[in-house]
Amino acid sequence: MTAPRYRSRLHQAARERRLETHPLTGWLRDDGECLGLDDYLAKDGYGVVRQVLGRQDPDDVIETLKAANVRGRGGGGFSAGVKWSLTLKGADMPRGYLVCNADEMEPGTFKDRLLLEQVPHLLLEGMILGGYANDAFYGYIFLRGEYVAAARALSRAIEEARAAGWLGRDIAGSGFDFDIALHTGAGRYICGEETALINSLEGRRANPRAKPPFPGQSGAWGRPTVVNNVETLCNVPAVLRFGADWYQGLSGARSDDGGTKLYGVSGRVHRPGLWELPMGTPAGELLDRAGGLRDGRALKAWLPGGGSTGFLLPEHLDLALDFDTIGQAGSRLGTGILALVADDQSLVALVRNLEAFFARESCGWCTPCRDGLPWAAELLRALERGDGRPGDIERLEALAADQGPGKTFCAHAPGAAMPLASAIRCFREEFERGIAAPGKEAR
Amino acid sequence: MATIEVDGRRYAVDGQDNLLQACLTLGLDLPYFCWHPALGSVGACRQCAVKQYRDAEDTQGTLVMACMTPAADGTRLSLEDDEARAFRAGVIEWLMVHHPHDCPVCAEGGHCHLQDMTVMTGHHRRRYRFRKRTHRNQYLGPFIAHEMNRCITCYRCVRFYRDYAGGTDLGAFGAGDNVYFGRHREGVLESAFAGNLTEVCPTGVFTDRTHAERYTRKWDLQFAPGICHQCAVGCNTSPGERHGEIRRIENRYHGEVNRFFLCDRGRFGYDYVNRADRPRRPEWRGESAEPLVLDVDAALDRGAEALRRARRVIGIGSPRASLEGNHQLCDLVGEANFSTGIAAREQDCLARMRRLNRDAGLPTPTLRDVESHDAVLVLGEDLIASAARLGLAVRQAVLGRRAALAAARDIPAWNAEAVMTLAQDARHPLFIAYPTATGLDDIAEQCLHLAPEDIARLGFAVAHAIDPAAPAVDGLDARTRAQAERIAAALLAARRPLVIGGGSLESPALVEAAGNVARALATRERRGGLTLVRREANGTGVELLGGRPLEWALDVLDEGAADAVVVLENDLYQRLPRERVDRALAAARTVIVLDHQRTPTWERAHLGLPAASFAEGDGTLVSLEGRAQRFYAVFEPRYHRPETRIHPGWRWLLALGASLERRAVPEVALDAVTRDCARRHPALAGIVEVVPGAEARVDGLKLARQPHRYSGRTALRADLDVSEPRPPQDPDTPFTFSMEGYAGHERPRREVPFAWAPGWNSPQAWNKFTDEVGGHLRGGDPGVRLLAPAADVGDHVDAIPPPFTPCADEWRLVVLPRLFGGEETSSRSAPIQARAAPATLRLAAEDARRLDAEEGDRLRVETARACVALPLHVDATLPRGLVAIPAGVAAALASGERAWLTAAPEAGEASP
Repeated sequence: MTAPRYRSRLHQAARERRLETHPLTGWLRDDGECLGLDDYLAKDGYGVVRQVLGRQDPDDVIETLKAANVRGRGGGGFSAGVKWSLTLKGADMPRGYLVCNADEMEPGTFKDRLLLEQVPHLLLEGMILGGYANDAFYGYIFLRGEYVAAARALSRAIEEARAAGWLGRDIAGSGFDFDIALHTGAGRYICGEETALINSLEGRRANPRAKPPFPGQSGAWGRPTVVNNVETLCNVPAVLRFGADWYQGLSGARSDDGGTKLYGVSGRVHRPGLWELPMGTPAGELLDRAGGLRDGRALKAWLPGGGSTGFLLPEHLDLALDFDTIGQAGSRLGTGILALVADDQSLVALVRNLEAFFARESCGWCTPCRDGLPWAAELLRALERGDGRPGDIERLEALAADQGPGKTFCAHAPGAAMPLASAIRCFREEFERGIAAPGKEAR
Repeated sequence: MATIEVDGRRYAVDGQDNLLQACLTLGLDLPYFCWHPALGSVGACRQCAVKQYRDAEDTQGTLVMACMTPAADGTRLSLEDDEARAFRAGVIEWLMVHHPHDCPVCAEGGHCHLQDMTVMTGHHRRRYRFRKRTHRNQYLGPFIAHEMNRCITCYRCVRFYRDYAGGTDLGAFGAGDNVYFGRHREGVLESAFAGNLTEVCPTGVFTDRTHAERYTRKWDLQFAPGICHQCAVGCNTSPGERHGEIRRIENRYHGEVNRFFLCDRGRFGYDYVNRADRPRRPEWRGESAEPLVLDVDAALDRGAEALRRARRVIGIGSPRASLEGNHQLCDLVGEANFSTGIAAREQDCLARMRRLNRDAGLPTPTLRDVESHDAVLVLGEDLIASAARLGLAVRQAVLGRRAALAAARDIPAWNAEAVMTLAQDARHPLFIAYPTATGLDDIAEQCLHLAPEDIARLGFAVAHAIDPAAPAVDGLDARTRAQAERIAAALLAARRPLVIGGGSLESPALVEAAGNVARALATRERRGGLTLVRREANGTGVELLGGRPLEWALDVLDEGAADAVVVLENDLYQRLPRERVDRALAAARTVIVLDHQRTPTWERAHLGLPAASFAEGDGTLVSLEGRAQRFYAVFEPRYHRPETRIHPGWRWLLALGASLERRAVPEVALDAVTRDCARRHPALAGIVEVVPGAEARVDGLKLARQPHRYSGRTALRADLDVSEPRPPQDPDTPFTFSMEGYAGHERPRREVPFAWAPGWNSPQAWNKFTDEVGGHLRGGDPGVRLLAPAADVGDHVDAIPPPFTPCADEWRLVVLPRLFGGEETSSRSAPIQARAAPATLRLAAEDARRLDAEEGDRLRVETARACVALPLHVDATLPRGLVAIPAGVAAALASGERAWLTAAPEAGEASP
């Protein structure tokens, strides 16, 4: 037998999931196997492609998306409809690309993987619709290299779709041509940054690009390019099938952001995994669904959406998990996959681990990130060893402040600074314990 | 124009610029690393952070990178803001985290941009206490030393090397704080422009290896405004001297010619100046084999005596000597007895080029202007080999399409990565017709590999396709016709087409073909340019001065019609077959040779007079764009070697003339000679305007050749004498051989020996001398253009050669110029010899098969004049019937000759 298969685990049974309430996971089988083309078509998959292509004006598609307020599920939270409306199109413009960002590398995040492995056709359908709305002639799926099972599922799905005429020339008799290629990444966190992703796709160093111009103006190979996250694109078919009002209704009073969110919990809980829940579900509800902390530990802190988000405290568990609410609390929703920290875990060690990761994953382009993050990691290592010196914490705070937005070339370093700054702010005494007593400093 | 407010003061700036350009142009000191005037902005280093305010009410402001922010009208910013200053100091601190504390032993120290910026931001204390990362260095060839530990990861090196100069063998490897700039494995950097890395790198990662063995700090070097003598482009250089040796050559900014960059032949080819075997005292070769060393007066007496006895004296000038030297020789022997020293065929090409510059109807663009052309046709030149810096300018012209496309999408030209991303492979059309591959093929729309006649025919056909009045080419095959029409269409579609031809293949028909294309374009009232490549530094100037070709001089001597010859800075064996030169020199009773190199011609001289090289003498050269430029002596050789008797050629000849007439040698300064030359040669009348003259002063001061921190003056000659002599005096120029004199940037001036401004020790100091960054020198760019097209376009030339047809038993020889090893004086420099690729003989694959010869087999090529044996290189691009050898291996073998090939049994040197 082959090695055991690890999957992202969804803790909602099929009977709980209907497409009208669970536009993402409503498609999924209970056994966790990939939904093939026949099963997908049986549930009216690609129906939206037939309904929209050649029948709806691309600009109307974009308007629907805007009205639904689909916000970018990769963590940025930017309105997908607005992004699409900024893509350059027209007779004098070359047709460009629609790129799916499937480079799911955010520490602690495993949500896109579920969709990629189990319902690849939903992503393809979303991409075809995105391609249509943005007048793209080609789509790329930039997939995290380690997602081998997803690569297999996507390759097969692309072949099936192509054979069945859902990709290629004149899709469903609409006159619209669009095809998709799968590109597996070679394992750099920075490739999740959309312009670094494009550079990597082009075969260049995965350095981010300066904005403006934005990818919608000049993206892959200089053509207008839209980059959307997997979960974002997987929302598109349902939005177009059921409409913007329905989508807004999914989150109801919980949030102004529309739709559902594929939330998750990782850490020392009884049931780590994923749930598709209305946008704005409080964090505490997720913690309850995950069965609470194991070993009788108490919650010390939590990251709302990956390693590049700021720490929140138990008192924040009542907050609605949506982009604005979490942003107002001083953190970011990010990917919406909670990482929980138990009261016996060292924040210094945790932050050191994160900063060492972010330092390693810096592309090396801009100075604050390239040379500032490794310094922060070194300081954290010293504190962890008990070799810290007076002033180290202030140095860390200054380093974090200097990774602010606009000071660095892209969002990598600001993301890296968030857990660092928030951990020092909330748990300063843990860091102070790392400062060696006078006369006892290590080298 | 736009108005911006910087720290409360309002300035008018160019709204097309970014804020960093604008601030530097205003003379404000804002530190930066990754930005470069020629490379644009990428926003990587974050060093130029400034505070930008939304509007007049905004008091908070946000940090922005000046290099990535447009200088839009109404922009309010602060350089002095506390947060901006602190952030900039922080950036330096990060950059210095891994930087070694090796300034005292680093070759960059004293002209290091990183040092300057560190001082500017006030960072002075190390707070990083952890282990530094270290790198291994690579051997990168004889020119460039590599020390990666000093790297601050600004990415300028790869941006210059790859994006600007088209190199492929230097890259960025790794990520995070472990980025490595180097080759994929050790080896010689392939680019012809690698030397610019030493100036592009803001610190000491890439340094001048030729300088390393005899290292001197910038402040301890003595500089003069130089003109590169290693080809005809006329790049401005700053040669630096210490202890009587040229230690390195730096780029000297010229806003119209070389701007920021030199080629490696120009930068590293100086070592012939320092050769130990240089003639430094007059030598008399009488009956004895050993030459007798003479002092100046004795030498002049003997020379004058010999010339007085002569029935007729022939003067042989030189295209590598100054106008003043050639003029003075012409004056000494009389115009009727003066030869240019250029072989007839080459001189024919030069004369045709001069005429075309006048009557082909198109002006010759400056190098900077070349970059603004949007379609280029190159006929018979491998520019990277024959005029490398021009080739680099053509590359920018072709890549200029990027900026044009970007402008249409509101992407500013300075946003370098964005411009490249948008444009991808889009380029302006470049067509190259040459017998084999050239250094610009990678960006050419089409490369046609043809024999010289066929290149000429293609050119004539292009001219005809543009202007039906131009003669048609008889018997043109359909394919060539279609190619010609395609080229014609591209040139006509362009806003500014550029035609480049030249004499490299020594084909008059090729020169005329370029002329017809230019005339056709001019007739169709298209704007455009015509650039004609000359081989040697002063070929253009000496041809303008006039004189008979070298063959004539040798014939006159050979026939006994003259019995004495004076040869100025010219190795005749580089130009004509050995026997012919031998015979002529043997026939002459008196041979006087002036040169700075111990050439075979020098060895034949009865009297040898040690002439100054560009390092010790002054003079005027005319570049291929017709720009007359003055070069200045860098140092006085007698100061360090009192026994030397080196003088500029013109001064020797002046003295020889006076001695001949038994007059006292007059005190004549260079300006008088220049004036005399201009008066006697109307085509050169403009050269008196080239320089301000020796009397020029700035604030009443002469100009200093030495930086004001020049150290050790009193000790420099301590090995010779404990008392310090008066510094050498310079009657010929406004410069002193001293740190005394004006060396600043505030007063505009054209002649700048070295760039320095307070706080700016690196080559970035040139920004303080220009009217805007990357613009023109505030005092005007040096030189005077002598060639301009007349109003009337001349008639088309209809001497179209028949097509080249390969023969069964004979070959057509082409001698291909090459950058390293193809030029006489630089080839005498050790670093150039080390860099030169082994010479090969090239044949088309089919021809090699027919000869049953394989790669590496030694073949002997023989013409009516000479022969040479070389290993075979099978050239996939060379047309059948041609045999190609590189320039510089067999001087007597000339392009266009019939040649025969035989197997050379031994790997020994072939005997003539």
